[in-house]
Amino acid sequence: MTALGDYKRERIDELAARAGQLPEGDAGLSLTRSAVRRLRRDPVAITGAVIVLVFLVVAAFAPLLAPRDPVTQYLLSEIRPGLIPGSQEGFPLGADNLGRDLLSRLIYGSRQSLLIGVVSTVLGLVVGMTLGVLAGAFGGWVDTLVMRFVDIILSIPGLLMAITVSVLLGQNQYALMIAIAVVQVPIFARLLRGSMLVQRGSDYAVAARALGVRKSRIVFGHVLPNSLSPVIVQATLSLATAIIEAAALSYLGLGDPDIARPEWGAMLANAQDFLSIRPALAVWPALCIIVVALGFTLLGERLREALDPKFRR
Amino acid sequence: MLRFIVRRLFQLVPILLGLSVLLFAWLRALPGGPAQAALGERATPEAIAQYNELFGLDEPLIVQYFRFLGRAITLDFGTSTQYGRPVTEVFLERFPGTIELTLLAMVFAIGVGIPLGYLAARRHGSFLDSASVVGSLIGVAIPVFFLAYLLRLLFAVELGWLPGSGRQDVRIDATRITNFYVLDGLLTREWDAAWDALLHLILPAIALGTIPLAIIVRITRASVLDVVNEDYVRTANAKGLAMATVRRRHIVRNALLPVSTTIGLQTGLLLSGAVLTETVFAFGGVGLTLRDAITYRDFAILQGFILMLAIVYVLVNLLVDISYGLLDPRVRVR
Repeated sequence: MTALGDYKRERIDELAARAGQLPEGDAGLSLTRSAVRRLRRDPVAITGAVIVLVFLVVAAFAPLLAPRDPVTQYLLSEIRPGLIPGSQEGFPLGADNLGRDLLSRLIYGSRQSLLIGVVSTVLGLVVGMTLGVLAGAFGGWVDTLVMRFVDIILSIPGLLMAITVSVLLGQNQYALMIAIAVVQVPIFARLLRGSMLVQRGSDYAVAARALGVRKSRIVFGHVLPNSLSPVIVQATLSLATAIIEAAALSYLGLGDPDIARPEWGAMLANAQDFLSIRPALAVWPALCIIVVALGFTLLGERLREALDPKFRR
Repeated sequence: MLRFIVRRLFQLVPILLGLSVLLFAWLRALPGGPAQAALGERATPEAIAQYNELFGLDEPLIVQYFRFLGRAITLDFGTSTQYGRPVTEVFLERFPGTIELTLLAMVFAIGVGIPLGYLAARRHGSFLDSASVVGSLIGVAIPVFFLAYLLRLLFAVELGWLPGSGRQDVRIDATRITNFYVLDGLLTREWDAAWDALLHLILPAIALGTIPLAIIVRITRASVLDVVNEDYVRTANAKGLAMATVRRRHIVRNALLPVSTTIGLQTGLLLSGAVLTETVFAFGGVGLTLRDAITYRDFAILQGFILMLAIVYVLVNLLVDISYGLLDPRVRVR
């Protein structure tokens, strides 16, 4: 163990260690079943799920839901210095600083924001899990090597790491996604590795080995599926962080430069200059980010409680 | 204890070496390489070749790396293209501002967070409790810079109660000793300068401190709720100790251990958040400088600042580890 950020890691490891234990009273049910059962009775989890679902639907059907085109500058002629047209007939939320329909931009923006959040989280998840499986399945020097690498990435504060990657890759939406994913890789890797180490020592894994089951079969058929629950929880929470992080990078000028794709983070960043003229330009995209992040967080927290025996009530 | 500290210091070496490789590779991997980064996109091939020769960039990578490492150890990260001054000099000039800001943000987060979390736990299920839970959820979900916008708009622009940009009023001609503006004002007995610098810190510190505040409230609340149900609290109550004594000696003390862990964890968050907060408030610390370096593609600054901030982060974490070793003897053994 190295000196760096022990707590960050201890917390990750602690979560990992509690993976896959069934709460009392749900014996005989699979972990997934038991979790689903608890979530369905949980109003907070349902609230989170509904929020997420609503935004997903909005994103999926944006062209049908948006009253106007998000890029056309309808009200350009009405813009004067110090005046941006507000709510009016046909423009429920008014226009932005370039005369585009704010509501339509918010609706289309959900696509890009959710896409960035989902893609970057999936990317971080896949790479992190690969590293975690390598470390957790092989142990020994592979484990040491992978974990040292992970520690190095963890030794740079998240946003600074994202900035570094983003500057390196240039300014486009893929760079943005990769930059956010890189920050998440070490978290997933550590989480899965810790969880797998615990599972590897458990009775059923030992039993499988005693029965002569092939190692790859033990790892992929038994240990891995049972180690996944903390990773799934983290992924849900990461979706919230990713969307907020994307907004931060946009604000720093590292966002997607394509104006044809409105994005909440960029809209929020852009609104700074017009804050005293029309605060609504900042408030609406911020509200969208907060509500979506809240949705994912609520869902993730309750998922953790449902999957984690320590929280049984 | 000393052995514990020395061992921890040695364990930093591989991390810092790894970081240096990462940043070295980063600069190499830039489109067009460091020469293009320094000379701009329209540099002629001759100019690039000349630059490469001048800075030894035509030598084998391994030689270059060790030269980079040698310079990095002496904290020489080259010259900023924006300021035409050594990166380290710029860093040392700007960093005190960020330290002041993060310290005040932390004071705010701890000073408000721990009492609030404690009260919420004591009145478990009350309105205050629910409000603190909801508030801390929103506090984590809100983009830092949006909160900064709002604070600035309300308290600086609309109400005019507090200054909304910079580190000090430009009309104040303060003497600089340490570049910690508040401290400088106190040292030189320029009270108005110190006061003005402090006022400039308040809004950014609140914006920056909000996320740690939300986290601290949550952890304190959860931790107090855990401890209240411990056997030793019941024992203390059973043997007739005064409620205040039980609270002070048994509940608060034990509940604060996980909280101190969390506080250590927040450093990275604060350094990240400083980039955003400082930009909104045009507060001249390392965060604003980093943001400018992004805008102007000042790679020397970016590279040097990020490495130095990572070192700071690593060292703060080390300090937290050590202090934890002091608080909890079990940690020293591992």
